[in-house]
Amino acid sequence: MAPLFKCLEACFELFVPLVVADMIDIGISTHDIGYILSRGGLLFLLALVGLITSLTAQYFSATAAAGIGKSISNDLFSHILSLGYREIDEIGTAKLLTRISSDVTRVQSGINMFLRLFMRSPFIVFGAVVMAFSVDAKTASIFVVLVIILLIIVFGILIGTMPYYGRVQQSVDRVTLLTRETLSGQRVIRAFNRQEQEKKDFAEENDRLLSFQLFAGKISALMNPLTTAVVNIGIVCLLYSGAIQVNVGDLSQGQVIALVNYMNQILVELIKLANLIILISRALTSMHRINEIMDVQNPMTSEQAIEPSELSEPEGKSRNTVSLEASEALNTSAEDGSSASFADMAKASASPAPIVEFKDVSFSYGNGSAHVLNDISFSAAKGDSIGIIGGTGSGKSTLINLIPRFYDIDEGEILIDGKDIRRLDIKELRRRIGLVPQKAGLFAMSLRDNLRLGNPDAEDELLLRSMDDAQASELLEIKEGGLDHMIEQDGRNLSGGQRQRVTIARALSKEPEILILDDAASALDFATDARLRKRLKEYSGRMTVFIVSQRVSAVRDCTRIIVLSNGSIAGIGSHKELLCGCPTYREICETQMTEEEVKRDEIA
Amino acid sequence: MRSLKLKPGSGKVIRRILSHIKKYRGFVLVSFMLALLSVVLTLFIPILIGRAVDDIIAPGRVDFDALIEKLMLLLLCALISACAQWLMNHINNILTYRMAEDLRIAAFNKMEVLPFSYLDQRPQGDIVNRIISDTDQFSDGILMGFTQFFSGVLTIIGTLLFMLSIDPLITLAVVVLTPLSFFVAAFVSKRSYTMFYKRSETAGRLSALSNEMIDKLKLVQAFGYEEEAKARFFEINDELEKYYRTATFYSSITNPCTRFVNALVYAVVGIFGAITAMNGMMSVGSLSSFLTYASQYSKPFNEISGVVTELQNALASAERVFEIIDAKAPSYDRDGASELSGVKGEIKLSNVCFSYDETVPLIEDLNLDVKPGQRVAIVGPTGAGKSTLINLLMRFYEPRSGSISIDGKGSRDILIESLRDNFGMVLQETWLKSGTVRDNIAYSDPDASDEAVRKAAKEAYADGFIERMKDGYDTVISEDGGSLSQGQKQLLCIARVMLKLPPMLILDEATSSIDTMTEQRVQKAFAKMMEGRTSFIVAHRLSTIREADIILVMKDGHIIEQGSHDELMAKGGFYHELYMSQFETA
Repeated sequence: MAPLFKCLEACFELFVPLVVADMIDIGISTHDIGYILSRGGLLFLLALVGLITSLTAQYFSATAAAGIGKSISNDLFSHILSLGYREIDEIGTAKLLTRISSDVTRVQSGINMFLRLFMRSPFIVFGAVVMAFSVDAKTASIFVVLVIILLIIVFGILIGTMPYYGRVQQSVDRVTLLTRETLSGQRVIRAFNRQEQEKKDFAEENDRLLSFQLFAGKISALMNPLTTAVVNIGIVCLLYSGAIQVNVGDLSQGQVIALVNYMNQILVELIKLANLIILISRALTSMHRINEIMDVQNPMTSEQAIEPSELSEPEGKSRNTVSLEASEALNTSAEDGSSASFADMAKASASPAPIVEFKDVSFSYGNGSAHVLNDISFSAAKGDSIGIIGGTGSGKSTLINLIPRFYDIDEGEILIDGKDIRRLDIKELRRRIGLVPQKAGLFAMSLRDNLRLGNPDAEDELLLRSMDDAQASELLEIKEGGLDHMIEQDGRNLSGGQRQRVTIARALSKEPEILILDDAASALDFATDARLRKRLKEYSGRMTVFIVSQRVSAVRDCTRIIVLSNGSIAGIGSHKELLCGCPTYREICETQMTEEEVKRDEIA
Repeated sequence: MRSLKLKPGSGKVIRRILSHIKKYRGFVLVSFMLALLSVVLTLFIPILIGRAVDDIIAPGRVDFDALIEKLMLLLLCALISACAQWLMNHINNILTYRMAEDLRIAAFNKMEVLPFSYLDQRPQGDIVNRIISDTDQFSDGILMGFTQFFSGVLTIIGTLLFMLSIDPLITLAVVVLTPLSFFVAAFVSKRSYTMFYKRSETAGRLSALSNEMIDKLKLVQAFGYEEEAKARFFEINDELEKYYRTATFYSSITNPCTRFVNALVYAVVGIFGAITAMNGMMSVGSLSSFLTYASQYSKPFNEISGVVTELQNALASAERVFEIIDAKAPSYDRDGASELSGVKGEIKLSNVCFSYDETVPLIEDLNLDVKPGQRVAIVGPTGAGKSTLINLLMRFYEPRSGSISIDGKGSRDILIESLRDNFGMVLQETWLKSGTVRDNIAYSDPDASDEAVRKAAKEAYADGFIERMKDGYDTVISEDGGSLSQGQKQLLCIARVMLKLPPMLILDEATSSIDTMTEQRVQKAFAKMMEGRTSFIVAHRLSTIREADIILVMKDGHIIEQGSHDELMAKGGFYHELYMSQFETA
């Protein structure tokens, strides 16, 4: 609607020179004051109608810009939420953030300006040419040539500068990055006495930025002077050919003035257009950047879940087909017995189908890069607690990230209740898993809402129980408002240990079947850590727990411990079994425990 | 027009700005001259057109000779004015960008010398903003402001003069009518201000939400919080749409309104002009020039009123930038300070007192005597002052009283660069530069050979994962280590120190994120490296420090216990308690 009203307004504006021409030709020559006044009145009327239509147009364009901006950012936000971990790693959070903040804003103001002026300006330009033709076809041909030249200039500059502004933006990003990282690394920089080098690097990048800016600026600085000059040359031509026609009697003096006015109108609109072009081209670049993100598809979401998972519908086919060298060799009958009895207690299923099972899983983060996990096979029955221990970069976190299908594996299968997780509904799958990440990420909302993150319907009773089990109850007493206490962004108003305990409580509040603790107790003191593990054991009837840790003390009581080394399994078994049968594990123990303790555990 | 009233104290800022511009006064002068030239020529063109029109009166009454002469003049004016304009734009660009660059570099360089007491107190985002956006805003505002203001004023005066020269009476009509548009503009902007405020407030809430959700995107997905997050986003976005629409609409009313006033002026000029011309008191050509002037007259007013806001913004930005540039940096090197050479590594702290905040004493009367080659472990609960000790040793902060000496030489009498050269430091907060892995390891010694870099990486047990990365040592890591794990980042930081091998080492929780197995390997490498080197280790993990020569147990800024592991265990004090808690089992 906005363009329509803009056109209307432009129409009224285009009549003005004609009316003035009449005023001059008829009014002045016939000395008719009445005529002049009535034409003047007409001018006034045209202005008033122009005002009304233009206000309507503004309203429509504001509405449209607001609406379009909203739907772009809604779509983008939804899209970002649907990206997989792999895509997030690749794009980077910082980029995603600027896309949704500054880029969307730029597109929005671009649309607004486009609707308000871009439609109006070409219409006036075009209309002025048409009007010129209605005055005199011969002279009007100058208009056509002129408009074509102007369009070439305007769009030539627009297209010509676009890549340069892109480069300017890149350079600005780089300068910002340098500033940020130099600031955060001041201690290191000064410790290594690298200040001068950093200064030099910064100055260099700034010089590069300057040269890009000047180059782009040089071209776009041409816009106004060039268009003005061309229009003035057009006027010269117009006056000259007009003079010839007036001399012959084909044209009147007033009409020449009208033509000159049209020419000036074209100029005014073009200057507006030119100024807009930078804004629009920025909006286009931003739109392009947004589209880049929108084009990134998460392969997981495009796939349809073939069958929805059901808790109590186990498939018993897997057990016999699986051969787990390591685990089988080290599994003791006592453990099998205990896990079976838990299963009985929970009455979940009489079937021995493991709740989580990895079959020859291999995984790598990027195309072509080496495997981070190699040929991983193990299984966990309901109620088991599985410890995962291993060196930095051995793939501990990667392994547990595969269970909620944050990444898709390259080879092998991961089964939950005997079903390939790629065939499960991803939301449903994740709903069953409670994750406590390494970095405690808390949100700026009330403690209650933080706890309810994965389970929006959780009752306070459940939340309080979770807090208690996570050894976080004291928090409710210390912090004002209890569950209503507002947590600041990233949990800044909590200590490291408090944050970790809240994230554990958050995972428990989901009442998950599978709980994953990714080095989640690192900020807890040993006593709290021990109490926490004791409490978690009480859940073992209904919950399978994965504990990733670097501390032997955190995993030694697990039903089974997986020892990872460079992405492969170095051993699976209980603490005792591994002490005897797995040199890697023994080595770890020896660094953390006294000799007597190791010996004691071996015998016990 | 909005008032030009400025905040008190801005006089100082303005003087500061002027002194900064001084360097560019040549450019500024040329820019002004060119502005003058182009304005005069631009204004002269309508007159020429008018005169040319007067040569075209009626059939058979066209004076071609005079016409061509005027047209040639017109052409010349148009070309010169175009050149002047382009040159002016270009010079303004140079001015703006150069000035921004100057300020940016000045602020950045200042950042490199400011004491940590300054840097630590301010949020990083704030300092970055000052260096990046405020410098831009300042130079943009100030120069575009000045030039637009200047050419705007010139245009107004010129237009008035030219109009007066044609017909004073009609000029009066124009002058009386134009202020109307400002009243309209002022009225509208008052209305739209509240809307804009609400709009930016809502936009702020929206970006806070998306920041948080995207920052913790992985977590959001892990907990299936997507739908709730979307719902919250949509809700705020709905609100934003509403405010955006009204705010934009209100602000966009201004243009049509001023256009309407312009059209009115145009109509009045048309009527008066036609009547005057009819009476033969004015030529038709003059009427035509007049009409052109009338339609252009209000434009500079709008520009100038925009300039005022821009100038105010620029001043605010300038104040923020200059606050950094003008901040006092102490001179770190005393007269007569000299280099350290052939360091043995004897470190002595005597009666050192220090606190970040004068009212809250932290380290009081600290005495410590470290023999060359000794390994000192510092343990204690959070906030006990462990990192502070490092700040003092590296002279990131200076003690309030007491002294630190190295090889018997007061640390203030050593050139700071030389002092830091002799310490190798690995901090708890890993810091990596965006760049290749190789650049990061070679950060301690930019001239190191590729071989040396690989050797250092191997010694730090980092070569394994480096080789596994896509481009090995040439893999570019993004800001803050990007996709590397915390442990990997720490290994790189260790490799960085391995390459340099200074005589004294400081390790602050250096291995906190490395599993105990890798840690042990690193410890072995360290042990070899530490041979004959004085070293300080801060760690929470007791296994790391069991083998230290001296263990300092710190609590509340004091060293409460000091001795070897066996001695302290035998003593049965705080250390014993701390150590035993590690093996408490469920």
